[in-house]
Amino acid sequence: MNCQDWALEATGITKIYKRGSEEIPALDNISLKIGRGEFVSFVGPSGSGKTTLVNILGCLDNASAGSLVLCGKTIFTESQKLSEAALTRIRRSVFGYIFQKFYLLPTLTVLENVALPFTFFKKEGASKNPQEILGSLGLEKRMNHLPGQLSGGEMQRVAIARALVNGPDILLADEPTGNLDSKRSQEIGEVLKRLNKQEGLTVLLVTHNLALAKLADRTVELRDGRIQDGKTA
Amino acid sequence: MKIYQVAYKNLSSKKVRSGLTLLGIALSAWVLVSLFGFNRGYEKALNRDIDNMGFQVLVTAKGCPYEAATLMLKGGTGLRYMNESIVADVLKHPEVEKTTPMLMAAIFDPNKGESGGISAFLGVDPATYPQMKSYLKFQQGTWFSDPQAFEAVVGYEAAELEQREVGDKMLIPEKNIELTVVGVLSRTGTQDDGTIFVPLRTVQKVFEQEGKLTAIGVKIKKEANINLVEQKLYDLPDVQVVSLAQVKETIMSLISTAKMMVFSIALIAILIAMLGVVNTILMSVFERFQEIGIIKSIGAMPWDVFKLIWVETIILCLLGGGLGIGFSFALSKITEALIRSLLPYTPTGSLVVISGGLGLLTIAMVLGIGIVSGLYPAWRAARVRPLESIRSEGE
Repeated sequence: MNCQDWALEATGITKIYKRGSEEIPALDNISLKIGRGEFVSFVGPSGSGKTTLVNILGCLDNASAGSLVLCGKTIFTESQKLSEAALTRIRRSVFGYIFQKFYLLPTLTVLENVALPFTFFKKEGASKNPQEILGSLGLEKRMNHLPGQLSGGEMQRVAIARALVNGPDILLADEPTGNLDSKRSQEIGEVLKRLNKQEGLTVLLVTHNLALAKLADRTVELRDGRIQDGKTA
Repeated sequence: MKIYQVAYKNLSSKKVRSGLTLLGIALSAWVLVSLFGFNRGYEKALNRDIDNMGFQVLVTAKGCPYEAATLMLKGGTGLRYMNESIVADVLKHPEVEKTTPMLMAAIFDPNKGESGGISAFLGVDPATYPQMKSYLKFQQGTWFSDPQAFEAVVGYEAAELEQREVGDKMLIPEKNIELTVVGVLSRTGTQDDGTIFVPLRTVQKVFEQEGKLTAIGVKIKKEANINLVEQKLYDLPDVQVVSLAQVKETIMSLISTAKMMVFSIALIAILIAMLGVVNTILMSVFERFQEIGIIKSIGAMPWDVFKLIWVETIILCLLGGGLGIGFSFALSKITEALIRSLLPYTPTGSLVVISGGLGLLTIAMVLGIGIVSGLYPAWRAARVRPLESIRSEGE
């Protein structure tokens, strides 16, 4: 995929969850563009739809309506939804994900966890090796440790390293500091900022932490499934 | 990292659970190998016993056919007698090559073991018996010096048990008659090892059964039809004819029920082990719901996840199967003793014959079970959507 100009173009994204006959709207006609190398944070109260939006933008979910163009390629439109396998193919070549929980495999060492994506897929042109990435995140001395021997901040850095190993174009971080204290949160924020500035990585950050959100180039505020007017810059 | 390494590490994270499942599979594999081994070994051992009889047909006094079969193979108790004159009647048939008369005598010996036991003596005809049992070799000494001598030839195990050597004296309990040991047989692997042979006339005299026999071993000419001869011998009064084929059939029918029962138990054990595997893997899939979701989000296709879980099942089954086969080799003597205690009659020699080929066959079967057992948990895991696991974090 060619992420030369716009990394992401979403138009009229709507998401409705169905519970029996009841319809619960989560996102209402959201349109936005995210430029290549941009750092965008998504904020808003719980239930505002920020995670739902980022999941759709990150090809973790299909929208009920709307279209998504990723690096110039149409991913889905109103009439065309993607299968799980097709979503997986896009996810593994474009995105890297980090979440609130670190989801490190407890029986694998730090290095094995970071190299785990290669067990399933190795992206052409992914030039950095896991050791190099761990080194750049200050974890060179922790490579042979098990996740249980690390602090929360270290575990999240390992999760970041795992997300970076296949050289993604876009890094999606959903509440990456939700389980960390303020000092560790600050550290993770700085790592994301550095990856954005130095590596040119597009970063989509969902957070409740306003200090962290301020590190982004642009903040999108959501409320009741809509982007708040004037809250995106 | 290879997929099997990830699978192995996943399994090793739940050591107790994986260990117990592995043990269940190992026990099933053990039962399976032992049963297959027994199936082969029993018939082989029975055939060997029968081949070593030296005669193809046994004529006994009329009675229970099972008793006759036991008498033929083991010596037996609950003795019935027939007149010696039947030997001549048997020999009248042109198909009969030769005969050997026998008289089994048993007596309670208060000095045997801790609380006494039965001492059995087999009276044999020195003129015909050694010819018919030409495979009997002596460790010490030789056959009797005289058809009426007070002498004994002792089988290998009987000699070991009673610490007998050539020249020793043996007392026939109650009768106060001494026999001199003139020969000790080498090991044959048959019932002869536990037998004390005495000249027929001596047994008849000592046990006051002159002119009586318990059995006549009959060797049929090679070209003759054994079934036809059997029918003819049946016409003799008050005798029954037991052929080796009949004996084999009788024994096999006796054990077939026991075999069927053991096979059913094995089948149930395998089913339980299989359910255990499905349960273990399924539980680990449910527990690792989020982990599987994240594996999919880092690039694993549904087939990759399917393979990962499937490989875990196969690893469990292969390790369990290997362990079970190890058990069956290491504990074959115990298995054999267990089977001997369960079955009504067991031939001498090795009952459970386990070979490398059998081990491979069992591994293949256990692998098959693993492949089938892993299908459902692997399919469930492959269907996990990354979003489902991520959503559980809440917004």
